[in-house]
Amino acid sequence: MFYSFFKSLVGKDVVVELKNDLSICGTLHSVDQYLNIKLTDISVTDTEKYPHMLSVKNCFIRGSVVRYVQLPADEVDTQLLQDSARKEASAPTR
Amino acid sequence: MADDLENIPSISVKEPLDLVRLSLDERIYVKMRNDREIKGRLHAYDQHMNMILSDAEETITTVEIDEETYEEVYRTTKRNIPMLFVRGDGVILVSPPMRTS
Repeated sequence: MFYSFFKSLVGKDVVVELKNDLSICGTLHSVDQYLNIKLTDISVTDTEKYPHMLSVKNCFIRGSVVRYVQLPADEVDTQLLQDSARKEASAPTR
Repeated sequence: MADDLENIPSISVKEPLDLVRLSLDERIYVKMRNDREIKGRLHAYDQHMNMILSDAEETITTVEIDEETYEEVYRTTKRNIPMLFVRGDGVILVSPPMRTS
């Protein structure tokens, strides 16, 4: 369910916070079933005291190292999400 | 009066995840690894405990030990995030918010 949720957000700007405390702002380019993320045009947010990736424009982030993804609130349909979650609970997509 | 009872479709609570389902669109408290806690409104979750929360407030608790007095100073840092995806592998527990007020 979250795979299709992220697919609907492709093209939007997000901030991915990793488990190593690095926060990366970028445009969501693609996502896969493992919730691996590809971001384009990235910049390091959160006071660039963390590894500056000045030369890096695009990156691939393994899904398992993601802690949070900060999303634009106005791009998210909360009603649709809740309905999907209710359905998912009774019939999990394996 | 007993004959007027409608057949209201009942939501069955069979497994722990069903309890989480009851909290959809409600505010919840999430305890996470690395001494983090989040309070927010639950919009979606899955069997991995991946979640989407809106109006989330993250609290990070740190302990600083004073080198001279050896006393432990507990500090919390908070931040607010309007819409947040939380990866399930960091989640420890989910509960209705523990409000004392």
